[in-house]
Amino acid sequence: MQLTGAEIVIRCLQEEKVDHVFGYPGGSVLFIYDELFKQDQVKHILVRHEQAAVHAADAYSRSSQKIGVCLVTSGPGVTNAVTGIATAYMDSVPLVVLTGQVPTAYIGQDAFQEADTVGITRPCVKHNFLVKDVKDLAATIKKAFYLAKTGRPGPVLVDIPKDITNQKCEFAYPKSISMRSYNPVVKGHSGQIKKAVQLLLDAKRPMIYSGGGVILSDAADKLTKLAKMLGYPITQTLMGLGAYPGTDRQHLGMLGMHGTYEANMAMQHCDVLLAVGARFDDRVIGNPAHFGQVQRKIIHVDIDPSSISKRVKVDVPIVGNVPDVLDELLKQIEAIEAKPEPKSLAAWWKEIDSWRGRNSLKYKQGKDLIMPQYVVEKLYEVTGGDAFVCSDVGQHQMWAAQYYKFDKPRRWINSGGLGTMGFGLPAAMGVRFANPKAPVACITGEGSIQMNIQELSTCKQFRLPIKVICLNNGYLGMVRQWQEMFHGNRYSESYVDSVPDFVKLAEAYGHVGMRIDKPADVEGALKEAFTQHKNEFVFLDFHTDPTANVFPMVAAGKGLSEMILAEDL
Amino acid sequence: MRHIISMLIENESGALSRVSGLFSARGYNIESLTVAPTEDPSLSRMTIVSVGSDDIIEQITKQLNKLIDIVKVVDLSEAAHIERELMLVKVRATGKDREEMKRVADIFRGRIIDVTESTYVVELTGNTGKLDAFLGAIDGSLILETVRTGVCGIGRGDRILKV
Repeated sequence: MQLTGAEIVIRCLQEEKVDHVFGYPGGSVLFIYDELFKQDQVKHILVRHEQAAVHAADAYSRSSQKIGVCLVTSGPGVTNAVTGIATAYMDSVPLVVLTGQVPTAYIGQDAFQEADTVGITRPCVKHNFLVKDVKDLAATIKKAFYLAKTGRPGPVLVDIPKDITNQKCEFAYPKSISMRSYNPVVKGHSGQIKKAVQLLLDAKRPMIYSGGGVILSDAADKLTKLAKMLGYPITQTLMGLGAYPGTDRQHLGMLGMHGTYEANMAMQHCDVLLAVGARFDDRVIGNPAHFGQVQRKIIHVDIDPSSISKRVKVDVPIVGNVPDVLDELLKQIEAIEAKPEPKSLAAWWKEIDSWRGRNSLKYKQGKDLIMPQYVVEKLYEVTGGDAFVCSDVGQHQMWAAQYYKFDKPRRWINSGGLGTMGFGLPAAMGVRFANPKAPVACITGEGSIQMNIQELSTCKQFRLPIKVICLNNGYLGMVRQWQEMFHGNRYSESYVDSVPDFVKLAEAYGHVGMRIDKPADVEGALKEAFTQHKNEFVFLDFHTDPTANVFPMVAAGKGLSEMILAEDL
Repeated sequence: MRHIISMLIENESGALSRVSGLFSARGYNIESLTVAPTEDPSLSRMTIVSVGSDDIIEQITKQLNKLIDIVKVVDLSEAAHIERELMLVKVRATGKDREEMKRVADIFRGRIIDVTESTYVVELTGNTGKLDAFLGAIDGSLILETVRTGVCGIGRGDRILKV
């Protein structure tokens, strides 16, 4: 059957069982929008800014197992989307980004709303395509979906000139795709896995360090099984929270710059480290030279060979898909009679428990000022620990990660790699579309929320009952914290004057707004939002202690065991 | 250490900028880069000379392998290989220099491929060191223009880079 390019785009999305596309129309994509209009299988979510479209598609993917899809126009549509694409790229989120382009004959002529989309996005996509012939369109979109999800996932962009969307050709959607230049590894090398098993069972001070790759590859249950079987301590990165139950005793909490004392100390002092789907990021291990001062054997499981031995030398590299490798690890461990030596393991746990005894996350909630940590703890209680929690970037993000104990994967949605302020609200929208019945909270600050505040309008249009938990301290808090600690208290441009009245602003968009100033009102307000206003969008503006800082802290360039604790100050 | 990284890439528009973009984005260094289609027109062969520690070269190889357009990557300098570079040099050739230039070109097995009353163009093939040596052997003030292709290379014997 002969179809136009625009019809082909929609048919491809239908073939891929895409139910939501986040986007914003414009000149170059008018034919595609016309075809969207004529069908109802693929629902289009109109955002208010292209950046939000990409963040929403991104979080839609993070909170489900599906590929996020967005559609934007050429030129400014694309440049606005770039922050979203880079965010997804840094966190390896599978996305297909469809972009309009000026007609083929206009490319390179500085046409209206022309931008070199493929050039601009090249460094922040897994791959991108410019479609030059309508006959290639279906196969290119198929490739985009295939590339996005397989191997180390990531955003894939397809740039489609307007004339292509109006040309006709025979439509046949390829059933499968094979590319000679792309063959991601799945199974890990069994010899390497055998070595890993031996190291793990011989360990005296073992440690499991798990990252976002475990969540992306849906390996949470396998990881949990392995950790339980071995009885070893486990820490999770910011991106990995929820793969292993956060409330379990074996979990030492998040590690890294704002990790718990016990997690960082155990990471530093272990003798065998099993790293799974994690990449020894600078915010995770601090100074690699300091980390390397302690002798330990490292086993590193990752699907991306370039993540292995990039920042830290690894003894047993295992390249493979995390669930497949974990399966094999489990199988081999089950087959061996040998068990970890209980005496040294007990001694190791004793040491860990003494570190845990420092209670590095403690804080004091007084009568007058709301402590931001307290709000997160209450949110955890009120939602029974079962909400989807999105966050923006800054102090509130760290408090959310520290105090909301995630027991399930894909519940904690934040921009870890790129650290994109403005991510939270559109992300919450995407989460809600992927999980239409689930409670969704967006923990944010008065700085971050203003970076995509226009999405309050989208939330109204689609009646999204998101609860915004704004920890409003009047400062760009993380910037202020660093200025306080490393720049002689010179608060250069970190105080934000003229913050709007968020209650009135929420009401102007047709939402419920609440302002909370007293610690005694925190719990009540949260309960009201999640029960009485269950089906409404509620903006909770918590005015919190402006001097609160995030602890523990490993200063940039310092080692993991050189933490600053709240009690030290 | 100097390494010669050789790869087969899909002959698609943008493939070159994916590679060069990777080097600049990650702060890797390129001494020379050559690229041209192979006997299979859907594939190009690219050769990059880069200098870096073993760790950096390992990362470069891994990062190149990650690019979707790249089919195969080898580090030629890991084992026996041959490398060649082509250079064209335009020199002033007058008076007694004319004869001397011809002599030096002969010694380096260069060929004079363009002649005017006052200039020669010398064509020279060899490894980078040989070309450098030629430039060192002639009077630098006589050099009017040089152009070099950058290094290309191939493994010796059974080392074959093919799909």
